[in-house]
Amino acid sequence: MSIASPAATHETARRQQPLRRLSPRAPAIMTGLAGLIALICLIPLGFLVAITIQTGTETVTQLVFRARVAELLLNTALLELCTIPLSIGLGLALAWLTERTTLPGRRLWAWLAVAPLALPAFVQGYAWASFAPHLQGLTGATLISVLAYSPFTYLPVVAQLRRLDPALEDVATALGRSPARVFLEVVLPQLRLPLCGGALLIGLHLLSEYGLFAMIRFDTFATAIIDQFQSSYNGPAANMLAGVLVLCCLGLLLLDGSLRGRERYARVGSGAPRAMPPRQLGGWTLPALCLPLAYAVLALGVPAYTLGRWLIFGGAEAWRVPELLAALGTTIAYAAAGALATTIIAVPIAWLCVRNPGPWQRKLESCHVYVGSLPGIVIALALVTITVRVALPLYQTSAMLVLAYALIFLPRALIGLRGSLAQAPVELEWAAAALGRTPLQAVAQVTLRLAAPGVGAAMALVGLGITTELTATLLLAPNGTRTLATEFWSLTAEIDYVAATPYALLMILLSLPMTILLHRQARSAQAQ
Amino acid sequence: MTAIAIEGLSKGYGPVQALNNVSFTVPAGARSAIVGASGSGKTTLLRIIAGFEQADAGRVRLDGDLLVDGLAGVPAHKREIGVVTQDGSLFPHLSIAENIGFGLPRGLAGREAEIARLLDTVELPAAMAERRPHQLSGGQQQRVALARALARKPRFMLLDEPFSALDTGLREAMRRSVVAVLRDQGIGALLVTHDQAEALSFADHLVVLREGRLVQAGPPRDLYAAPVDPDIARFLGEAIILDAEIAAGRARCLLGEIEAPAGARQGKAQIMLRPEQIRLAAAGATGTVSDVEFGGGSAVVTVVLDAAAEAPLRLRISGIDIPSPGGRVAIEVVGSAYVFDQQALPMRD
Repeated sequence: MSIASPAATHETARRQQPLRRLSPRAPAIMTGLAGLIALICLIPLGFLVAITIQTGTETVTQLVFRARVAELLLNTALLELCTIPLSIGLGLALAWLTERTTLPGRRLWAWLAVAPLALPAFVQGYAWASFAPHLQGLTGATLISVLAYSPFTYLPVVAQLRRLDPALEDVATALGRSPARVFLEVVLPQLRLPLCGGALLIGLHLLSEYGLFAMIRFDTFATAIIDQFQSSYNGPAANMLAGVLVLCCLGLLLLDGSLRGRERYARVGSGAPRAMPPRQLGGWTLPALCLPLAYAVLALGVPAYTLGRWLIFGGAEAWRVPELLAALGTTIAYAAAGALATTIIAVPIAWLCVRNPGPWQRKLESCHVYVGSLPGIVIALALVTITVRVALPLYQTSAMLVLAYALIFLPRALIGLRGSLAQAPVELEWAAAALGRTPLQAVAQVTLRLAAPGVGAAMALVGLGITTELTATLLLAPNGTRTLATEFWSLTAEIDYVAATPYALLMILLSLPMTILLHRQARSAQAQ
Repeated sequence: MTAIAIEGLSKGYGPVQALNNVSFTVPAGARSAIVGASGSGKTTLLRIIAGFEQADAGRVRLDGDLLVDGLAGVPAHKREIGVVTQDGSLFPHLSIAENIGFGLPRGLAGREAEIARLLDTVELPAAMAERRPHQLSGGQQQRVALARALARKPRFMLLDEPFSALDTGLREAMRRSVVAVLRDQGIGALLVTHDQAEALSFADHLVVLREGRLVQAGPPRDLYAAPVDPDIARFLGEAIILDAEIAAGRARCLLGEIEAPAGARQGKAQIMLRPEQIRLAAAGATGTVSDVEFGGGSAVVTVVLDAAAEAPLRLRISGIDIPSPGGRVAIEVVGSAYVFDQQALPMRD
């Protein structure tokens, strides 16, 4: 149908631009690259499957169905069962007290509830092993784990409490519910996702943590695998333990999936733009103060006391500055290389998630994310065995260590990258194109410029995680490599607590920015 | 002289045909509007013209130059077409002046003066030049987006629901202002909108899309008065659609006998009346008021006709002398009914 006569074409020769195929190539290229990286992510799991098949049913049965594995399973199950409920209770109580009540010094207690994140778990373990050497076994492991990992439930609960629509609680009160019932029936169900998320994170950390449990002599799969590997280089035994460990991770992920349920928790509508007024504690103020105070004393006071005591005891001589600087330099170099590598390999899938979502992208993304829930020890073991068997020149090279870091911290980079790419919607690239920019110019001048701060933050988070990584570094670092974590580890193994303390302090200093960032993120959560 | 000519344009996403053999032309300097419900393909059409999307088949010409020929086309950055989107798409990392100057060459003589002139064109104070987009209101952001698109002296302008994020009052002011600027600069434009009132008042020409097909095109008045089917009639404004028997220039329906245009189809048909054709009077079809919704300047009155109690009529009348529920009224029709040139269809609300 026409509403005017066809166009005159006398200007064609002057203005006609050459035509070319317009189909965008970026989605195909990015899907190819993301597919390649997804394959690399599948290496640890593929390795375990292959090695299990290769080992043969009989040997696998011998190695898996034995008393030692049963003992490790029991230890792991008891540790998870004791630590997770306590951490949930503690994180929830601290979050409620600091967010929803008139507790004196709420802001200070909120900082102190997050501060233990700055202490790597093995430093917390070292502090307690030195403070109370008899605190061992399940009791010690549970106590220190709860102290070290409670911020993982505290932070998401705080964020969700700030995001909740206060009008829901008002309506429930108007419908005749008492404050306690409002909390139980309205607030608590809406905290289910952050509590599940925090519990899963703690569960996975308990499975993958090596340093803390080795320090207090509590046997878990991670400690047993390293023992096997270091004492006898018993490949099949270590690999089969790693297989059981991965099954434990899978079990946790499945349990988490079923506990999350299918309810909708996102706000329906925009909600009321205000915060809930804090609840008066009245006569409960003093008893309520005991909880954050006790947590701060145990999770921060004990490490501060231990570190302070060794620092005073060691004096200036404990500061072997050249060695410290060398370890710091090596740590920072690995952190920078790892952060860069992780961010680069996260780019294709992050781009697809934001710009070209679809069923393929979701499958590829889950490959990228699952690898982050594998214990570092499993990834390291897979890379060690593969390089020893098929690529010996790569064994214990920096490149392999950086690859291990990239796999371990890939989800961390992916979350940051996805968020920062979403800051630069494709409409802005189109606007730039309509204003005469080529596709590459549009990406450089608009997208990269807008995504840069988020990419920088994601790289920093990965880098800071690498500075305190211990297990993969112990297994994969080239001979003679001394990072802060490995130096600290070897000095504590020699019971040289005095010399180890400066390394612990440097790691805490390096972890502080991440702790501050996470605390700010949780508190800045607002109604979406 | 034609600015934009669309010839047999088609585009599919998997099994969904977003555009199906769409053809129309927009005269040079004219303002055209594409209307249609969500999913009718109007935004896809605009994105193909802009070069953000690849067509499956068909051609797009601008002043006779081929922009799209099947799968091939001129890249978006070489088309010299201005685009203003729903939320303005201002670059958040650049100041207002830098946003407006984004399309101007860096070393252009008199660049600053040109930016100041563009700010003035869209009626924004020069003091805003150094502000950031987030410091401006929605209406001001849209003005900046328009100035930014005008800076490159585009050969044509595409407007993708640019007023939909604004409040009602601001929306009208902004629309008048955009029309004035485009008219002054002699730039043809294509507006995509789902708001029929906006399309009717903005455009010289209207294109109606439905499920990827062009169903009607023409001057807004023609489409409002003579829509091809009841759905378009309702889409373009309030309409009273009635079953009727047409004979000898008269339409017999629930409201009695109404004048029908000479040459209209005879026999059973559906007719359309616009609310402005209907008034409460002393004589005419009688009925009882069952409900009144007061709306300020006008009111919607529901009348149960004596002749057909099963099909109450909803009439928009002037806000003066509104009858009360239960009152008796008579309905008079002004002018002639429009007769749809197709078989009578089941009534749909």
